[in-house]
Amino acid sequence: MRRKLFIALNYIFCSLLGLLILIPIATAVIGGFKTQGQLAVDPFGWPSPFQLENYWNILTSEDGLFGRSFMNSFIITGGTVVLDLLLACMAGFALSRIPFKGRSLVYNFFMIGLLFPFTVAILPLYLQLRNLGLLNSFTGVILSMTAFNLPWHIMLLRGFFKAIPDEIEEASRMDGCGYTGFFIKITLPLAKPALATVAVLTLVGSWNNYFLPLLVLDDAKKFPLPMGILNYMGQYMVNWNQILAFISLAMIPAVIFYLLTQKYIVAGLTGGSVKG
Amino acid sequence: MKKHSLVKKAEIEKYIVLGFMLIPALAIFIIFVIIPIFQAAFYSLYKWNGLGPLTRFTGIKNYILLFKDKVFRIALSNNVRIVFLSLLLQLPLAIFLALLIGRNRFKGVVFFRLLFFLPFILSEIITGVIWRFIYNPQFGLVSSVFKGLVSSGAGLLGDPNTVFMAIFFVILWKYFGLHMTINIAGLQGVPKELEEAATIDGANRWQKAWFVILPLMRQTIMVSVFFAILGAFQVFDIVWAMGKGDPVHQAETMVTYLYKFGFQRFRLGYGASVAVVIFVICLVFNIFYQRLIRKGDK
Repeated sequence: MRRKLFIALNYIFCSLLGLLILIPIATAVIGGFKTQGQLAVDPFGWPSPFQLENYWNILTSEDGLFGRSFMNSFIITGGTVVLDLLLACMAGFALSRIPFKGRSLVYNFFMIGLLFPFTVAILPLYLQLRNLGLLNSFTGVILSMTAFNLPWHIMLLRGFFKAIPDEIEEASRMDGCGYTGFFIKITLPLAKPALATVAVLTLVGSWNNYFLPLLVLDDAKKFPLPMGILNYMGQYMVNWNQILAFISLAMIPAVIFYLLTQKYIVAGLTGGSVKG
Repeated sequence: MKKHSLVKKAEIEKYIVLGFMLIPALAIFIIFVIIPIFQAAFYSLYKWNGLGPLTRFTGIKNYILLFKDKVFRIALSNNVRIVFLSLLLQLPLAIFLALLIGRNRFKGVVFFRLLFFLPFILSEIITGVIWRFIYNPQFGLVSSVFKGLVSSGAGLLGDPNTVFMAIFFVILWKYFGLHMTINIAGLQGVPKELEEAATIDGANRWQKAWFVILPLMRQTIMVSVFFAILGAFQVFDIVWAMGKGDPVHQAETMVTYLYKFGFQRFRLGYGASVAVVIFVICLVFNIFYQRLIRKGDK
């Protein structure tokens, strides 16, 4: 009896909290289907008329803001994921499987990056990018994002590579594999779950990042989605139904992606070992 | 002799591979992370607009100006408030939820876990815009539900007295799921047998949580604390999306301050001094944190 009561209380508490999560998101998405007039007088009601137009306008508008921001986000995120994974894998491998003098020194050097938020370096980083001619370019965004991800990702991957038993390495050596062979043929396939975790974390972080592109990118044509959203808001300040439709569209890929990959996201954030 | 040269060849090959694998990461890390950190410390001693040579050495004047500025003090105190409020409200909520739904005690826990983590996945900008709508004084949810409570016509975000708490609530809304998830992972490291043993000994639910489970989750809780504090000093996007730190600077954080007063006004030396303050705070915190962790390990 007491147990039943306890469970009932659990349900009630969790449901209330769940509603607190869902209601803001739902009102935003539903608001995107309303007319501006209805939104003002009846903010909670079901849309009537049900206006697909807001969404349609955004997807087909002449300036193509949504599609372009989406593509820009796609390029920045894609570039960051590829570069980050490549560099973090190689460095993580070198720091765990290749013995050399000063290895822990190099590792600890990378770990300095975990001690402070990247905002600390933001102004000189801007100047650095300016000197290198990388301002207002995707390359500039991708390189800096990668640089600030590296310590965290090297740590995750090194831990994973380290756990690969030495016997496997010896066996691959018997088969005539050098370090490169062992890395490509054995280590990477074994590390697939860890790679997926790092890739997913990079993807989410890069897709949602606002501050770095804000600093680096000048040209509105190059803005990724988060910047596109605020830009759009500036243009349509009073038309909340349009704005809500815009962010609802922007939310869709993130939510779908989350539902597909939540296992890896959770594993990465909790630093737990990922089992395939 | 032959064997010797073979070993040597393998050795050379090893270093070639090593260089190939390590140097790209090192180069990018040094160019975009390490050098800028040192530059920040260096620039903070100059008055400089970012163009031309560094000539106007001003010593610690930037720091003096900084701490004399009322807006910076608001920003700093806001960051500190976020830290304390997170540890006081967000962390207990997250731990409580982890205990509630961390084990599969009843149907639907997996759904709730997914749901509570969802806001973390939305970008800060989207979150900020959604809540700007919710807080909207004309047709927002909050002003409609609490008609009597929200008196000012500007809404919660437009009122200097409420803007900070309104934004903090959104921070709580967005990040409690992250901390819950971290703590659930920690809970999974607590052996079930211990809990069962405590039940046999007659411990009730709260006694079990307090005396058996929580002490074993100490490490994880510390990770959660670490994320909360480091995160609190980075807050920018969400504040920016919800009104750029205004009205009258009441929602300013150190990073919005750095961006506005250092970057946008081309006072790079001054901005760098803000960065150094953030760095020092994080460093001091890290040293404390490491000590605490080590103490716990003994």
